[in-house]
Amino acid sequence: MQDLVIPIIYLFSAVFFILGLRQLSHPRTALKGNSTASIGMLLAIVATLLNNQILDFQSIFIAILIGSSIGAILAKRVEMTSMPQLVALFNGFGGAASLLVATAEFYRGGQFPAFIFLIITLSVLIGSVTFSGSFIAFLKLQGIMRGSPIQFKGQHAFNGLLVLLIIFSSLYGVLDPSQLSSMFLIIIGVSLLLGILFVLPIGGADMPVVISLLNSFSGLAACATGFVIQNDALIISGSLVGASGIILTDIMCKGMNRTIWNVLFAGVGATDTNTDNLQVDPMKSIKSYEPEDTVVIFENAKQVVIVPGYGLAVAQAQHMVHELQKLLEGKGVVVKYAIHPVAGRMPGHMNVLLAEANIPYDSLYDLDQINPEFEETDVTLVIGANDVVNPAARHDTNSPIFGMPILDVDKSQTVFVLKRSMNPGFAGIENELFYKDNTIMIFGDAKDTVSKLVSELK
Amino acid sequence: MSGQLLIEIYILVLAVFVGFEVISKVPPTLHTPLMSGSNAISGITIVGAILATGSMPGTISATLGMIAIILAMINVVGGFMVTGRMLRMFKK
Repeated sequence: MQDLVIPIIYLFSAVFFILGLRQLSHPRTALKGNSTASIGMLLAIVATLLNNQILDFQSIFIAILIGSSIGAILAKRVEMTSMPQLVALFNGFGGAASLLVATAEFYRGGQFPAFIFLIITLSVLIGSVTFSGSFIAFLKLQGIMRGSPIQFKGQHAFNGLLVLLIIFSSLYGVLDPSQLSSMFLIIIGVSLLLGILFVLPIGGADMPVVISLLNSFSGLAACATGFVIQNDALIISGSLVGASGIILTDIMCKGMNRTIWNVLFAGVGATDTNTDNLQVDPMKSIKSYEPEDTVVIFENAKQVVIVPGYGLAVAQAQHMVHELQKLLEGKGVVVKYAIHPVAGRMPGHMNVLLAEANIPYDSLYDLDQINPEFEETDVTLVIGANDVVNPAARHDTNSPIFGMPILDVDKSQTVFVLKRSMNPGFAGIENELFYKDNTIMIFGDAKDTVSKLVSELK
Repeated sequence: MSGQLLIEIYILVLAVFVGFEVISKVPPTLHTPLMSGSNAISGITIVGAILATGSMPGTISATLGMIAIILAMINVVGGFMVTGRMLRMFKK
């Protein structure tokens, strides 16, 4: 009886996941999709509990209770500005869970065929890399670890060596079963190290790519574990998540006009070769205003475009920006937001942030929609964005960001750039925009500056 | 190699294609919710974790399984709840 019932419930759960993901990718049905997918998960858990191999229900329920409570508290407490860290953390937990299940299967004991050991190796590898990689991403995003790329000489060769070591250990374990246990531990250790070294050299501006890639890995880890315990539910759901992560990774890479290999291995901003051939003329100077000097310009504007970046998230200025928008709209000014696909530290970061401040969705514009409008824009307000508005991407073939689609803010009448200091962004590239004739810098904390603007305009 | 493995590979390949087909043209607003929602789905490892915990009481595997259940449940409950929270925010 259970041989039939359980697989059928698993099938239903897979169908719910597929429907849920489809609904999640359309605005009107997204919320429903989330519920659909969670029903799928509930079904999978119930089906598993029906399995008559299970003898100890108490430990299971205790663990489920602990995990659910922690998850619920994290989900309720998290600030929207900390979303990227939380997603990284959850990715890591998913990877760690897959790693542990594969390890548990290894210690189940008894003989298993060579190819099962190889599959366990693969599962451990993906799970470990997801876990330790996500953990490093979390540390970087939380600001515990330096966000800029951390590299050493011969890093790629060293990583290659680690991969070879994993392959060697797994083959050695197969050929000499007496060494299987020690080889297994080596594989776990080396895989964890590989995950750390894989994320360390990646800079903050490339985080959206890494986060979506790790998201994909967390699915693939579950999928590989599915092969280990021979469970179709894991294989199907895991590969769905893997596919969705790859789609997001691709969107992010296109947003930067870079290949995934370039993001992973180039470590943009780590070397100082870029600063040697800066194209900025030292004779050129920047203009800097105090917030109160700008009031007249705002009051005479017909259209204002606001370009949010990571700096807005750091300063938590989203609510103040909404105040500014309402004030300007009260004076008859049209206010639009220009959202670059890779603005922030994860896919869709700015959308989440602005939604938290109740900024209406229809005032948000994508790159393609807003770029033709800059020429008719009187004032563009760049808040904490840097590389995504650097005109060098259009013409300077020496620039590391050459070819990246950017927001053409320099084409508007006046550009105000809100920035803490003249330090270059995460990519470590000087920004031409700051030296343009129509650009005016306003230095200071973004939230302070915007609130000063608001009180001056009142 | 068994026929079972071959069938599993079939399932894998087909599911990847379904994934690519189903998630098409995601608008930027939904990038984060799609990511956190699909991340919650990757908590499906809970199935393996439950089996490891429940079927071999008192072994090291059961202990590892229990930790895996906790981590997977954080992923599942936290992931779905935070996704719902974000999407309700968009609704307003």
